[in-house]
Amino acid sequence: MLIDRIKLFESGFQAIKENIEKLLQQSDAKAVMLVDRDGNLITNAGETEKIDLESFATLSAADFAATSQLAEIIGESQFRTLYHQGERDHLYFQSIARNIIIAVIFDQRTTLGLVRVRVKHAAETLSKILEDIFGRQEEAAAEEEARIEDISKDIEDELDRLFG
Amino acid sequence: MALINYATKEINVKIVYYGPGLGGKTTCLRWIYGKLDQSSKGKMITLATEMDRTLFFDFLPVDLGSVRGFQTRFHLYTVPGQVFYNASRRIILRGADGIIFVADSQRERRDDNVDSLENLKENLATFNLKLHDTPYVMQYNKRDLPNLMTVAEMEGFLNAEMVPYFESVATQGIGVFEALKEIAKMVIRKF
Repeated sequence: MLIDRIKLFESGFQAIKENIEKLLQQSDAKAVMLVDRDGNLITNAGETEKIDLESFATLSAADFAATSQLAEIIGESQFRTLYHQGERDHLYFQSIARNIIIAVIFDQRTTLGLVRVRVKHAAETLSKILEDIFGRQEEAAAEEEARIEDISKDIEDELDRLFG
Repeated sequence: MALINYATKEINVKIVYYGPGLGGKTTCLRWIYGKLDQSSKGKMITLATEMDRTLFFDFLPVDLGSVRGFQTRFHLYTVPGQVFYNASRRIILRGADGIIFVADSQRERRDDNVDSLENLKENLATFNLKLHDTPYVMQYNKRDLPNLMTVAEMEGFLNAEMVPYFESVATQGIGVFEALKEIAKMVIRKF
């Protein structure tokens, strides 16, 4: 819960974003998303204008969570990859460090094999970056506490406005 | 779990509606969806059975807009209330920042409420969490129906921690925003 919240700062986020964009280029995919296991979209690259990203992130996380339970039933700890084949567009998911998911949307411009190889490579790099970010969460937490406290009151005011 | 992205200036918070089956959790979400402006809400996702019972979850993103430059979103989820969907409930509960427990006020649902609250505690325990460490509120729903338990009775067997409670009629929206606003504030104050 709150103690587990993810805080992303400029440097870590930029490193993540660069690697997601690199994965997009190298795999010739349509779009790449990075999603946490609770359905939060961390970043995205590619042709995402027509995609409801919030719904996509939520359902990706739910898809992974459901199949993790299936994995447990058959004695696996989890399935690290998922693949959904469509008529035109396909989805490839890979679970990486800290319960984060790489989601790739691709079509006939590339192949499952290439996507799989590129994702595997990117997963290693991104896992290291994420481990580094999470390792520094506690240090950063104290420093940033004040910034969040600052806006809590303003968020409460907005809640009053929205919910009457 | 909450995501705070300082680089893109985004805050995402997860609120979960929990409670016994047919208690009104999905109705709460539908009412919120119906009342909010288009600009304040995203698409509502419902993964339900053909009989319109929640199978996996309902999801509604509520956008608070920009607060001091931070785009602030509340992700509202309901769990399936039916007893045999516990695996789904556990999945959705994971990472919740705040919980609204929607209890059914009808006298004949007393045990279902108690069982659901116990189930919530058990599921939290699987994540090494305790209910009293988690921001939550009670929403006593269906206050318009006959054969109701009194609020005092419900407080007695459901609200040992004396967290804020709200009487509601989800079909008419009574008490729905109030409960949501309170839990949202409780979560934010924990930041």
